[in-house]
Amino acid sequence: MKKTLAVVLTMGILLAFTGCGKQAETGAAPAKSEGVMTYAEYAAAPLDSEVVVETYVQAKQSWWEDKATIYTQDYDGAYFIYELPCSQDDYNKLVPGTKIKVTGYKSEWSGEVEIIDANFEILGGDTYVAPAQDVTDLLGKDELINKQNQFVSFKGMTVEPSEGADGSQTAFLYKWDGSGAEGDDLYFKVSKDGQTYSFTVESYLCDKDTAVYKAVQALEVGQTVDLEGFLYWYEGVNPHITSVTVK
Amino acid sequence: MKNRLLVIALILTIGMALTACHGAKASEDFAIPESFDESRNIEITFWAKNDTNITQSKIYSQAIEDFHNLYPNITVNLRLYTDYGKIYNDVITNISTNTTPNVCITYPDHIATYLTGRNTVVSLDELFDDEKYGLGGSELKFDSPRKDEIVPEFLKECMLGESHYALPYMRSTEACYVNKTYVEKLGYTLPEILTWDFVWEVSEAALAQNSDGTYKINGQNVMIPFIYKSTDNMMITMLKQKNAGYTDTDGNILLFNDDTKDILRTVADHTGTGAFSTFKISGYPANFLNAGQCIFAVDSTAGSTWMGSDAPLIDIAKEKVADFETEVMMLPQYDTSRPYMISQGPSVCIFNKADPQEVLASWLFTQYLLSNEVQIAYSQTEGYVPVTTKAQQSPEYQDYLAKEGSDNEMHYDVKIKAARLLMNNPDKTFVTPVFNGSTSVRDAAGQLIENVTKSVRRKKTVDDAFFDTLFSDTKALYHLDQSMVRKAGSADRQELGELPSASKALLSILVITWILIGIYWGRELFKKCTNN
Repeated sequence: MKKTLAVVLTMGILLAFTGCGKQAETGAAPAKSEGVMTYAEYAAAPLDSEVVVETYVQAKQSWWEDKATIYTQDYDGAYFIYELPCSQDDYNKLVPGTKIKVTGYKSEWSGEVEIIDANFEILGGDTYVAPAQDVTDLLGKDELINKQNQFVSFKGMTVEPSEGADGSQTAFLYKWDGSGAEGDDLYFKVSKDGQTYSFTVESYLCDKDTAVYKAVQALEVGQTVDLEGFLYWYEGVNPHITSVTVK
Repeated sequence: MKNRLLVIALILTIGMALTACHGAKASEDFAIPESFDESRNIEITFWAKNDTNITQSKIYSQAIEDFHNLYPNITVNLRLYTDYGKIYNDVITNISTNTTPNVCITYPDHIATYLTGRNTVVSLDELFDDEKYGLGGSELKFDSPRKDEIVPEFLKECMLGESHYALPYMRSTEACYVNKTYVEKLGYTLPEILTWDFVWEVSEAALAQNSDGTYKINGQNVMIPFIYKSTDNMMITMLKQKNAGYTDTDGNILLFNDDTKDILRTVADHTGTGAFSTFKISGYPANFLNAGQCIFAVDSTAGSTWMGSDAPLIDIAKEKVADFETEVMMLPQYDTSRPYMISQGPSVCIFNKADPQEVLASWLFTQYLLSNEVQIAYSQTEGYVPVTTKAQQSPEYQDYLAKEGSDNEMHYDVKIKAARLLMNNPDKTFVTPVFNGSTSVRDAAGQLIENVTKSVRRKKTVDDAFFDTLFSDTKALYHLDQSMVRKAGSADRQELGELPSASKALLSILVITWILIGIYWGRELFKKCTNN
């Protein structure tokens, strides 16, 4: 009976993961190669020091003039790689889950810790797509920064009004001040326990044709939503949202 | 014999046609039509830049609407950018497909590159002077400025070679936004004109720390006393102030010199102590200034609405904004008796099209952007200065200036002080020579400072050997070791580099054909002579 229950539970878990936009992979974290930092070592490394990490591509933000900006994560933490020199052919190979070795410099720009001036190699072998970690309870707390750049979720958030360009109350804005148009970044506000936060749909990461972009365009003030995205930082927490589910 | 002549004629024709194929397709010269045709609809595109500012977007839209009311047969389609670099890249891409916009906000440096395609950008001199449709022309449906009502320094910046290829649209300069409260707290008094020595000295003094590692001046964990937004401007301005080489009007690159090394050594010294950083490395100077984490923030006067405790635009949490007095000052100088600050800001150019009426419509709209309505409204959105004396001296604009500080929105004192900084000192502004390739030199100038700053932060040794390598790497990166630059406005084609293999093969076939024809004719001639 216990075996049957275990099988059913396992199947249930597997089905649940398959249903997500991002497929989570489980398993033990493989050991890091010689000379490669663990996430803890990376986190402890001072700014402007050279870092070497093995990590897995989670999403790609942009490729521009042979430079790629990507969200990556391993089993312990996340690494935002900014303007990584990269051919278009290699960029196409960087699908979610791809393991890469990145050598660069740890840097901080407006609060966002990232790896810059880096080079990379694509590693074969295992793949990993991180499951969304629920950080709703960490909103407004100092510990949230420890999850920076990770794929996270926020549950039961309430859509708050943003002031549009004409002074009207809307559920979202094109650009931070409403000066944009369809295709630009979307900014929207959500609250939890009386605190309001500004979230973004980064148009290079999720363009106007993506489900999340359309979902935010369809939001209404007062709706309750679950959100997923990457815990980006800009002068404070500024998640780049990749999924919106209206409850 | 007829057949042979026909073959030769055909070969010649093909040869000439093929020769004409290489290089950019040349547009026809634009000739001003006798009159503007209002009987048919004309659609033009306008690529503009705003500073991620909703008011600026609205002003463009309003200008387009007002212009359409005056000229109902002209429809202007607006495409907004927030980055000059992206406009430049898109224009370059569209030149090759002949799909450039009609009117485009741009920098003269960029026009120099656009001009490598012949007749790509319309020379405006004849349009300026056209009696009916020129500046202040008799047939215009709006109050256009006369040529002598455009600030001469600004108009001159739009000259490439012997011709004007743009009209100035807005002008700004760089300002040093100073946390005066902290300067005085450190025991200093701001001089009338900042010097580099003063800025470095105060910056170093601001780094004193408490035993817990916080900075004495602000009690915080972060203090970067001096942050420069545009490091290309920083290098260019410092070289100008030193009367040192950068580039010249012949397109010679003089950047890699001993004065540049001296500047970089100073940058390295103060980066090493933590007194200096850049926008690219740390973030927006305004955010650090407003958080009380920076004392000298250098940025454009067109960014003044973000500067100061009471700034109408703020990018950090309100609870992080420090309370301090902001002083708007001219950039630091080496010689206060001969100060220099850069002149910058958008200009407008017109791209040539096959239909002269379309070009004329573009010119009418471009000129409309210099009307008082547009100039005054747009300049009030930031620390911009109208480019016409007509607008600057208008009662409406003077009233705006007089209300400095009366509120923290339209009349925000930092913004109006920033505008006055340029308006009161046009004689102290300078621009750099423009030529095809000048954009790359500018990028390289900034990259030198960025690389030195990064290298020091990364504990690398910055010495003469470092500078030699840096110079050589930077030259290679920006292709400044190649003699590709040409004086702007030159009618010569740009050096297009080595021909593709297919072209080489075609030309080889042509040469061989001509040789064979020559041999054939020679033989025929020889036969004729020997027969006679």
